[in-house]
Amino acid sequence: MTALLEVEDLRVAYGKIEAVKGISFKVDAGQVVTLIGTNGAGKTTTLRTLSGLLKPVGGQIRFNGKSLKKVPAHQIVSLGLAHSPEGRHIFPRMTIEDNLRLGAFLRTDKPGIEKDIQRAYDLFPILGERRKQAAGTLSGGEQQMLAMGRALMSQPKLLMLDEPSMGLSPIMMQKIMATIAELKSQGTTILLVEQNAQAALSLADQGHVMEIGNIVLSGSGQNLLHDESVRKAYLGED
Amino acid sequence: MNELPQQLVNGLLLGSMYGLVAIGYTMVYGIVQLINFAHGEIFMTGAFGALTVWLWLPGGTTMWIALPLMIVGAVVVSVAIAVGAERFAYRPLRTAPRLAPLITAIGLSLALQQAVWAWYPEAKSARTFPQISGGPFEIGSVTIQTGDIFLVAAAPISMAILAYFVMKTRTGRGMQATAQDPDTAKLMGVNTDRIIVIAFALGAAFAAVGAVAYGLKYGEINFRMGFILGLKAFTAAVLGGIGNIYGAMIGGVVLGVAETLATAYIADIPGMDKFGSQTWADVWAFVLLILVLLFRPQGLLGERVADRA
Repeated sequence: MTALLEVEDLRVAYGKIEAVKGISFKVDAGQVVTLIGTNGAGKTTTLRTLSGLLKPVGGQIRFNGKSLKKVPAHQIVSLGLAHSPEGRHIFPRMTIEDNLRLGAFLRTDKPGIEKDIQRAYDLFPILGERRKQAAGTLSGGEQQMLAMGRALMSQPKLLMLDEPSMGLSPIMMQKIMATIAELKSQGTTILLVEQNAQAALSLADQGHVMEIGNIVLSGSGQNLLHDESVRKAYLGED
Repeated sequence: MNELPQQLVNGLLLGSMYGLVAIGYTMVYGIVQLINFAHGEIFMTGAFGALTVWLWLPGGTTMWIALPLMIVGAVVVSVAIAVGAERFAYRPLRTAPRLAPLITAIGLSLALQQAVWAWYPEAKSARTFPQISGGPFEIGSVTIQTGDIFLVAAAPISMAILAYFVMKTRTGRGMQATAQDPDTAKLMGVNTDRIIVIAFALGAAFAAVGAVAYGLKYGEINFRMGFILGLKAFTAAVLGGIGNIYGAMIGGVVLGVAETLATAYIADIPGMDKFGSQTWADVWAFVLLILVLLFRPQGLLGERVADRA
């Protein structure tokens, strides 16, 4: 069986500076895989490369058996790879509903789109209450919900979430993590990038620890959660 | 003063012509943050496109038939030049420092002026532009000159088409998304390269309509007509809030009305009698720009940069 996403020896550079130095990992359908690590480890760069915003200098990306290296960013989403970017990047001057519609930009099945907008409102009721409000007026946590809802609107085979808990209050973070767990239980395949290692690893089937452009440790979520070095470095224990 | 309504209407008409051209500045700026200083010349070549069509038509063709064809000619020429400029001059510089495309735009502006001067038949001096017959039209105490009647129809129709396109169509939504956050727009599946081309093309099309209006209004066109008018339209775009398409139209109207009123009435102010003539109209237009930049730098409808967190 081939994996849904296969990354092989991926290298990405900003000018001469290599930010990702040859990483390999897989995501199987139905799994939640997480990349954890500190700032500057190359996690966001990895996701931006997978969705085509950055071009790799080397290595292979295969999604659903197809190489993504030559596919422009705006076509990658149509293959079933959705990306909720770091910092949320909702469209601030559009309404919540228009943001969701943009998530379905390439879809033409109107009834299906309406159904999925309703699904996003069921998942995040606060968005439904404010559907006509400009997205820029939402709080950070609500914007995160919108960014996730928007990414789901493309009916992705793989959902990539970049730091969904960043800058959120503990309560809001719990809500977001609970939603990710709910999506997982519905069978959504997720590639999760997080600095909050504890939360990410408890959810994940597989985890990879990144440090300055390399994957230094891989294992199941549970194993990493109990790994001595991970606990020291990322879970604040000594 | 019973000529005030007349002056207001004159200003409104002049301003809606500025607005038509201003849309091109504001759309391109909104999407790629480039001030396309060649836009005035894209406008100018549109006027020559319209004239060319007129010269091709057999003599004696009525304006009812000629005018639509002239608009088509103007739009085709302006759009072709704008899209060509985007593809071959601006796109290769998209990741270059801001100054590079700006200087390219200025160079392109000069090149287009000189090309028309050198190669368009008898364009070294002004060329007569065909006129609509009939009119002028009297509405109460207000007279609308024959040459302006085209603007009365074209400006609102153009604005309505633009508003519909941007707000209601899928491509329009993709355009808004690209203006707000180009990388994220790509993540949604928006082909941002295509959106940029469409922004250039649409702006050029509206400038071409403005160019036909200019020819009908003033009766003649020349290779330099895009310079001052381009500057005024750019002023209108900044006045309205650059990047905002409604702002461009409103800025144009405000500018046109202010300029017209200043020319008409400023000489009545004691001690200002020297400053009322038509030659001072441009000065008042730019004084208005300076005032707006001082007191409302984001423009009338512009948004503060702070909300782009």
